[in-house]
Amino acid sequence: MRDVAVIGVGLTKFGELWDKSFRQLISEAGSKAILDSGISGKDIDAMYIGSMSSGRFIGQEHIGALVADASGFSHLHIPATRVEGACASGGLAVREGYLSIASGINDVVVIGGIEKMNDVAGTSATETLATAADQEWEAFFGQTFPGIYATIATRHMHEYGTTKEDLAKVAVKNHANGALNPYAQYQKEIKIEKALNATMVAYPLGLFDCSPVTDGAASVVLCAAEKAKQFCKKPVKIIGSGQASDTLALHARRDICTLDATVSAGKMAYNQAKIKPTDIDFAEVHDCFTIAEICAIEDLGFVKKGEGGKAIDNKISTIDGKIPINTSGGLKSKGHPVGATGVAQIVEVTQQLRGIADKRQVKGAKIGLAHNVGGSGATCVVHIMEAM
Amino acid sequence: MKSNVARFWREIPQRYSIIGNKCGSCERVFFPPRESCPFCRRKSMGKMDDFKLSGKGEVVSYTIIHVAPEDFEEQVPYPVAIIELDEGPRLTAQIVDCDINDVKIGMKVESTFRRIQEDGYIGAIYYGYKFKPLEENK
Amino acid sequence: MEDIGIISYGANIPRFRIKVEDIASVWGKEGKTISSGLGIIEKSVPGIDQDTATISVEAARAALKRCAINPQEIGAIYIGSESHPYAVKPTGTIVGEAIGATPDLMVADYEFACKAGTAAIQTCAAFVKAEMIKYGLAIGADTSQAAPGDALEFSASAGGAAFIVGKNNIIAKINHTLSFTTDTPDFWRRAQRKYPSHGGRFTGGPAYFKHVSSSAKRLMEKAKTKPEDYDYAIFHQPNGKFPINISKMLGFSFDQIKQGLIVPYIGNTYSGSSLVGLASVLDVAKPGDRIILTSYGSGAGSDSFDITVTENMKKLKRKNAPLVSEMVEKKQYIDYGTYAKMTDILYWE
Repeated sequence: MRDVAVIGVGLTKFGELWDKSFRQLISEAGSKAILDSGISGKDIDAMYIGSMSSGRFIGQEHIGALVADASGFSHLHIPATRVEGACASGGLAVREGYLSIASGINDVVVIGGIEKMNDVAGTSATETLATAADQEWEAFFGQTFPGIYATIATRHMHEYGTTKEDLAKVAVKNHANGALNPYAQYQKEIKIEKALNATMVAYPLGLFDCSPVTDGAASVVLCAAEKAKQFCKKPVKIIGSGQASDTLALHARRDICTLDATVSAGKMAYNQAKIKPTDIDFAEVHDCFTIAEICAIEDLGFVKKGEGGKAIDNKISTIDGKIPINTSGGLKSKGHPVGATGVAQIVEVTQQLRGIADKRQVKGAKIGLAHNVGGSGATCVVHIMEAM
Repeated sequence: MKSNVARFWREIPQRYSIIGNKCGSCERVFFPPRESCPFCRRKSMGKMDDFKLSGKGEVVSYTIIHVAPEDFEEQVPYPVAIIELDEGPRLTAQIVDCDINDVKIGMKVESTFRRIQEDGYIGAIYYGYKFKPLEENK
Repeated sequence: MEDIGIISYGANIPRFRIKVEDIASVWGKEGKTISSGLGIIEKSVPGIDQDTATISVEAARAALKRCAINPQEIGAIYIGSESHPYAVKPTGTIVGEAIGATPDLMVADYEFACKAGTAAIQTCAAFVKAEMIKYGLAIGADTSQAAPGDALEFSASAGGAAFIVGKNNIIAKINHTLSFTTDTPDFWRRAQRKYPSHGGRFTGGPAYFKHVSSSAKRLMEKAKTKPEDYDYAIFHQPNGKFPINISKMLGFSFDQIKQGLIVPYIGNTYSGSSLVGLASVLDVAKPGDRIILTSYGSGAGSDSFDITVTENMKKLKRKNAPLVSEMVEKKQYIDYGTYAKMTDILYWE
């Protein structure tokens, strides 16, 4: 097993991008990453593309081949594979690429994450997102995807005294971070009252507790660490990679308030990296809903179970806190083009560790973590990275 | 019309009568029924027996849906809960026959037979379980 | 020959209610006058997730909870309704599956306006008598339709009752039953139309009153009884006035019809109408009580029954399922807007 590094990153703006098609978005992200990495097309051994539901959003499957084609690599016949794990599709694509290099099979791999969600009507988009849940036993009976996370929130409030204000503060923090991110969908700070008084989506979650419907793409280039400096001046090493699965339906989990898949994937990554949660300087976590960030920082070991709701008050997850969480603005403010999210998290971690995160820079950032979840916690991927 | 009839017909015993199964090896009860027990695995293959649950249980957590999928828009706002049945398994279902403000964690409930959704005006109608507050015993 | 009769029974009434006065005010009419003219205060409204199938299942399950029979021994299910959820695909199979009576089962759905449920009882009794089945399940249930602004809107409601018919341990013996039937177009609904039409005042004399009285009189002739011989009398209840008038015409007292008269509180449940009334009577009846029931279905016909409650009534676990009076009281009022949304009279895509 050999080490793997990120040698190039690229991102499109995230948002409602009426003028940009699926192919245009992935080409843009991919070419930015390739240019950033210093490689040329013939160096690419394989491509892994994360996309949750191109079939339902744009009526198109067979995305691996499509992306290789749109990128201009078909005549090189580069192996291209689409990876799917609901909202963890991007992170899983990163991991698949990582494993193929770590195992010695590939030297250079391009990862893409892409979702084009606005080509279908709003209700269609939410129904497609709900396919991340258990269709027969949750969605069939009238449960929605926000409803599932809301169910987690209700129980978290009941067991640990987390409040609606605690949830709203996560949205406020992430919007403040997003305001510093030129690629974010929403680049405007919000006041807590706006979050608290927002339209109800699924009690206790309102509009501002939920990440938006977004178009966007992200791309990273992975390379065997021993060869990284041939291409790029500031590679960043992946020192830990973890993945786990859990029951599809929330009602079948061991504990409603704990994403055991996060705990397990986190442990796998920490063990491989030979570090503890306290060694992490900052993290991009999967805040598809405000409650998800609260559970994530508990389940990754940054705070004790039940104390996630107070992490902002206790200056732990704030941008100037002990472990800044979601400096990019998170899914809430940056946007959540589902398949792209996991890859975009790696982009942010890389920029932070390279010291070029601009106004969002975490001072002295040496080790960062990316946490990507599928559905209500049925899949989780965690990557830990360190500046080389 | 989406025409999922076979897929939802297969689950009629589960949706109408909450029929799960029981591991012949460790006696754990599952709903919906499983092909094998996750704990006994191969020891349980071929030994999973049908088991009808009582339909009585308790609310473990819930939400109130305000933004619903198309098929459920008329019912908004409606409560959806995770219910732990007396025999152990948990399931997700709507709570009916009470004020939405009365839905609480710990509330005792029992199943009732209702229309769950339909495949548009011309498609099939799918019936199944919802849960109402347990009637205090007579 | 063993006695044939009712083994157990159950009913189901949805909990939403709308007051006649609230409906009237929407249409600019005098609510108090209409309400007292009809003898109806309020009517039951089915929830968006309730229909004839769900009402039938709940009523059948209630009947099963009260007795100890094995549902696999039910050999036939006949459900009468004007609002079967499908025009083609029986309600009886949905109920059969939901109570565990399938697959050795005879099923067909019935329609005869408001008397399809009593026709189902006659059919089941005949099958039992012919020794073709051990138990039969007869249900009358409806989520009745009425055109907005039409007179029927004040009374058309939702509810139903289920009766298990057999020979063993009957709680009520069916002594006699007969029907009086003619081709009389007093009230009808054409195929694929949403709402029924009716002949106005023609639905009175030549329709309801002629058939109910003829049927009841013929029954009492056959049974050699007089009105005073009965402890309870139940007539089809399209409104609160017709059953009172017919009972007077036939020589019954208000005391005799009181227990079975539930239309003032829940409206006309169409195929459930006289049967929910029968369930209400069985909720309180004692061994030895004699009951006369005459249903009425437009089109037109009346089924009459002469029933005697047996000693086995004492063993029936009536408390295992809600009584009609309990379901009448368990109510939640809604306004006309909510009613319109729930009864699908708003057009939306």
